[in-house]
Amino acid sequence: MSAAQPLVEVEDLSVNFVTRESNVRAVNGVSFTMMPGEVMCMLGESGSGKSVTMRALMRLLPPKRAVITGKIHIAGQDVLAMDDKALRAMRGATVSMIFQEPMTAFDPVVRVGDQISEVVALHRGVSRREGRRRALDLFELVRIPSAERRLDAYPHELSGGLRQRAMIALALSCEPKLLLADEPTTALDATVQIQVLILLRRLQQELGMSVIFVTHDLGVAAEIADRVAVMYAGRVVETGPVRDLLRNPQHPYTAGLLASTVHDQPRDQDLKTIPGTPPDMRRLPPGCSFAPRCARAIADCNLAMPPPVSPEPGRIVRCIRVSQPEFA
Amino acid sequence: MAMTSFAVEENDGRDRGGPRQPLLTVQGLKKHFPIRGGIFGRVSARVRAVDGISFAVRKGETLGIVGESGCGKSTVARLLMRLIMPDAGEQIFDGDAVGERGGISVAEMRRQVQMVFQDSASSLNPRMPVQNSIAFGPIALGTRQAEAIGMARELLVKVGLNPALFGGRYPHELSGGQKQRINIARALAMKPRMIILDEAVSALDKSVEAQVLNLLQALKRDLNLTYIFISHDLGVVRWISDRVMVMYLGEVVEIGPADALYASPRHPYTRALLASRPALDPDQRREEAPVSGDPPNPINPPAGCRFHTRCPHAEAVCSARAPMLSAGGDDAHLAACHMQDPSSGHSQALRH
Repeated sequence: MSAAQPLVEVEDLSVNFVTRESNVRAVNGVSFTMMPGEVMCMLGESGSGKSVTMRALMRLLPPKRAVITGKIHIAGQDVLAMDDKALRAMRGATVSMIFQEPMTAFDPVVRVGDQISEVVALHRGVSRREGRRRALDLFELVRIPSAERRLDAYPHELSGGLRQRAMIALALSCEPKLLLADEPTTALDATVQIQVLILLRRLQQELGMSVIFVTHDLGVAAEIADRVAVMYAGRVVETGPVRDLLRNPQHPYTAGLLASTVHDQPRDQDLKTIPGTPPDMRRLPPGCSFAPRCARAIADCNLAMPPPVSPEPGRIVRCIRVSQPEFA
Repeated sequence: MAMTSFAVEENDGRDRGGPRQPLLTVQGLKKHFPIRGGIFGRVSARVRAVDGISFAVRKGETLGIVGESGCGKSTVARLLMRLIMPDAGEQIFDGDAVGERGGISVAEMRRQVQMVFQDSASSLNPRMPVQNSIAFGPIALGTRQAEAIGMARELLVKVGLNPALFGGRYPHELSGGQKQRINIARALAMKPRMIILDEAVSALDKSVEAQVLNLLQALKRDLNLTYIFISHDLGVVRWISDRVMVMYLGEVVEIGPADALYASPRHPYTRALLASRPALDPDQRREEAPVSGDPPNPINPPAGCRFHTRCPHAEAVCSARAPMLSAGGDDAHLAACHMQDPSSGHSQALRH
């Protein structure tokens, strides 16, 4: 890994939403790096800051309300220092994003083919005819049946699964190096979700792009991720390779999340749960934000945010109950 | 705990037919929604949301209903509560036909059957403290205010919320999981015999979902309840259900004991649905999707077996004739597939 440059470097990223009444600390010091061609899953419950982190990477947050601090470098460029023109050039071409609800990503009164060819024509400076040819290629790439005919459909005429494929085609239209996928399969039916997951995995391998995949579903992470970052209350509490993390979770929150996910547990026993509810992001406790719900918490947990420790190579856990092995 | 008003009597005075009579029997339930178009508002098409389904729910069991969006599972729930009127079909609650002469009235049925919805926020009155929301039903039916509020506070304890802390709060002061507990308490306030849970835990975070599922199981044991549990989450349905019913495009394709149905599904759609679940093991990733395409539009469902357009085993007979639910050896486990029926003419039909 010495020769390769990381594609994404995020250091101590914080996002504060400032309103007159309160100050919501949605993201509190997130750091990670990603290599080209890597698939990382951001796993967390609602309000854990995973979507806000994604939007910060593309600077999609309202500039007056959201105060972003820290460092974001993508493909060697400082995202937080970009002006509007540089941002426009980056969005779509270097970084692209797909969302949970494709209906809101498309203009409802323009045919989907025209929307894609417009983007290609604008970014690549080619003719509309050329753009349409590219749109057809993209529809075939995302395996939309009868692609030629579907280019002339309006978004509402497509089924949920096809609409999601069309949005993926739109996002890939300028061959981004990094695809941000914000719960793209959550709203889909089970038989369609697995199709889209397999498609995304194949596309990622064929095109060699990096993907950050946001999800709350452990099963989805197991299907698609190389590496998982578990978020809680705006912080990454644990990262590691997907196998190690799912088989041997180190942070008590990750362990609790795995245990409380319903998958073939004995029916005559209660499910294991994490007591309590996630913290109020306006009034985060000092120290570890999971401590109030944690069965292994001790008094020291409330003193300061636990520093990152690395119990094994490639894994980072923020918990003072996890010890760093004494190897040289 | 002072649970006197919610203690279960050994013999529920409302029990009519004894434990062997199903609490609910549904025969040929049907609902088509007309689609009107043009300047005269003529009916141009019909959504066949629920197309002639029959099933029974035994006393004290949990019947899980699974299926993808548009399969009609939520319409079934609304029909059973008579929130919408069925076009056809018979609904028998503990031996009494609902809404028919000589049976019980819809109002009477609703006292015994309660419902909990997916969206915990929109089911509560935002301008009413939650304990008043819980007491609202009993007060409307004649319980004195003070008594009903006292009962509401007992129920808060029962669903795991401290009444001194939560009773006077408004819905916006509660988290999603807490609001869903309030909705469950409100359903319990009517002392129902059956609760229909329509995606009741689907909007909750995983760690909170497990808490609410445990609560539902404990309440069912303590209060002798019967559940219809509707969800798209196959894992959750397996854990909570005694029997499971699988729906596809307004029809029942398979129904059977949860363990048997998950261990050896009989209908190709059930198999596809189970095989579409993401594996929780990165070394067992799915390489091929079990079926392709989306579920068809219920406006013009395919002729014959409605699954034949996506089924890997489809043959000529599948598009020609609709299969009936049949047992194939085990009377408790039924599937509607020509491969179950040796006389159907399907080349892969079971031979007995």
